[in-house]
Amino acid sequence: MTNFVELSIAKAINAGIRKAMQDNSKVLVFGEDVARLGGVFRVTEGLLDEFGDKRIFNSPIAESGIIGTAIGLAMRGYSPVAEIQFDGFIYPAFDQIVSQLAKLTNRSEGFVDMPVVIRVPFGGGIGAVEHHSESPEAYFAHTAGLRVISPSNANDAYWMIQQAIKSRDPVLFFEPKRRYWQKGQVNLDEPPQDMHSGRILRAGTDVTIATYGPMVVTALQAAEIAASEGRSIEVIDMRSMSPIDFGLIVESVRRTGRLVVAHEASTFVSISSEVAAKITELAFYHLEAPVLRVGGFDVPYPAAKLEEKFLPDADRILEAVDRVMAY
Amino acid sequence: MTASEKDIPMVQLLSPEGDFSVPSEYAGYAEFIKELREEDFLKFYRDMARIRRFDNEATALQRQGQMGLWVPAVGQEAAQIGSGHAVGPNDHIFPSYREHGVAITHGVDLMSIIKMFRGVNHGGWNPEETRFHLYAIVLGTQVLHATGYAMGLNFDGKVGTGNKDEDLAVITYFGDGSTAEGDVSEAFLFAATHKTPQVFFCQNNQWAISSQVESQTTVPLYLRGDGFGVPGIRVDGNDVLACYAVTKKHMDDARAGLGPSMIEAFTYRMGAHTTSDDPSKYRDETEYEMWKSRDPITRFEKFLRKQGIGDEFFAEVEAAGDQLATEIREATFALQEPSIESMFNHVYSEPHPLITEQLAWLKGYEASMGGHEGAPATEGDVNYGGAR
Repeated sequence: MTNFVELSIAKAINAGIRKAMQDNSKVLVFGEDVARLGGVFRVTEGLLDEFGDKRIFNSPIAESGIIGTAIGLAMRGYSPVAEIQFDGFIYPAFDQIVSQLAKLTNRSEGFVDMPVVIRVPFGGGIGAVEHHSESPEAYFAHTAGLRVISPSNANDAYWMIQQAIKSRDPVLFFEPKRRYWQKGQVNLDEPPQDMHSGRILRAGTDVTIATYGPMVVTALQAAEIAASEGRSIEVIDMRSMSPIDFGLIVESVRRTGRLVVAHEASTFVSISSEVAAKITELAFYHLEAPVLRVGGFDVPYPAAKLEEKFLPDADRILEAVDRVMAY
Repeated sequence: MTASEKDIPMVQLLSPEGDFSVPSEYAGYAEFIKELREEDFLKFYRDMARIRRFDNEATALQRQGQMGLWVPAVGQEAAQIGSGHAVGPNDHIFPSYREHGVAITHGVDLMSIIKMFRGVNHGGWNPEETRFHLYAIVLGTQVLHATGYAMGLNFDGKVGTGNKDEDLAVITYFGDGSTAEGDVSEAFLFAATHKTPQVFFCQNNQWAISSQVESQTTVPLYLRGDGFGVPGIRVDGNDVLACYAVTKKHMDDARAGLGPSMIEAFTYRMGAHTTSDDPSKYRDETEYEMWKSRDPITRFEKFLRKQGIGDEFFAEVEAAGDQLATEIREATFALQEPSIESMFNHVYSEPHPLITEQLAWLKGYEASMGGHEGAPATEGDVNYGGAR
């Protein structure tokens, strides 16, 4: 009999990390305030009592140091799970991530592997001050050697964090912070799929919307509204931003002929740029309209009172749907 | 020695004239020299002479177009050979990119280093086998890796057990220029808070490309770790015995669980930063001459001769150096070009669709252009736009 529990996304990640730590004594958790406090979002709450301070510990407030020491620990045979407290704080670690973590396996001709997970609460919508609402995933998706994923629901959160920890490659694990408290059923017995394949969440015939992370809920809302207006929207949760499951999107676009790609990140040179280019190449004769992108504007993430105007909502997605339907 | 240098305590056991003497405050270090036998002294000399001969040959090969770049370590042989031999056989070494001398003390094939600077690969030796990790080009990054590794040794219970065959420590090499990098400061902090079994070995060779050390710090570098909780000491980096003894003591202490420490080896980069550099544009000739009088190899030769080692030994070392140079030269000429596939190998440890797709595309493209995979293109092979 399958074992289901209802968990929030935050609690599901917590449960996934706990399971990974139980399964493998080499899994270590560290970052700023992750131990006694359980992190500023309490994602690692309770792990200190269960595993002790040699398995989970606070790091100095030094992001490059967090990732640099994670690399050294991985060289020693550990599987570090490092938390970067907020998206906008990852940049001090940029060199250690893109020049070291991403390249060491290649540099060493395979003698060294880097089973490091970097957990990053990302995205906006929580009324935060500057640097706490960003979506930096494209920087990392652009870098060879890294894997980049994001769960949109509790079941995926529980399983994808475990799959990321098991991977022998470095994984950027972007957690949709404004959805941390969104609850869902978690199947504790069986993973839904591998961490890099996308999933059709809602079948439709007129337009495909591909998105990931916190925007998945928004896309489903848009599809619901569209349905009430007689339009049939297919919603794809990409789940993985590097690599991207293009096969699933192509297969969907062959049926719908229209594609809108949505995310919170600014659109210029973004994940949606890559999807638009690649789908145009792979499904050109099936497209009835150009691929449209819906994302944040190409401005610095605005002050909190303006973020609702910056972040795409269901209406902004539907505006793009209207435009692709107009062709 | 400048006035400011004279005021700073520095462990020196060999004078520039090759006389061995032990100031009372450094008697603890000299104990480690008493354990050495003549064959150890001869090994130190052989390795210093060997690495200098190798280094000069590598510079010549670069000048002849056989390598894109060379990074000479001439002048720093005592700091590298002395410290390298003090590192235990199971300890781990995290080098920067100029540690050719340390490399030979741990059995790294010198051709691995040549390959890297010739552009055949980015390193590619097995760090678990040699315990000598890959060269790090971005300054200071390896210091954090070393600290993380040392944290792992703590978690493994490999520190301070009292079992000398089991306990391990880490040494990381970096230069005076690297101390300006934030990663080095962060590493001091992580090391201190985790009480890692670790020695921070800073070769202060006085120059960060064209910037003098005085522009990198206003406080002597051996004091850099103090505020973080990592005590330091300055050693004469051109005195192979002092470098050996101080490193041995600090590595033993690290293995015993006494925590991290820093060694500043006060030395001199007698050559250029790299073969792309021109020190004559920024460096005073009289400074070079002064440091030449402190040459670490000449100094140790004087010491050995005073111990009764004669011409025969030095002639034998010179001949071995010539032999090495010939072997390196021939092996460099014989290096194969890397295969196209090697670019796509090990980008990830697990399969990745983009890599698979792009490699397949490139193979098809190469085949369509009439190229020969893995073989160096010669003029006759080039297909100009496929017009056949």
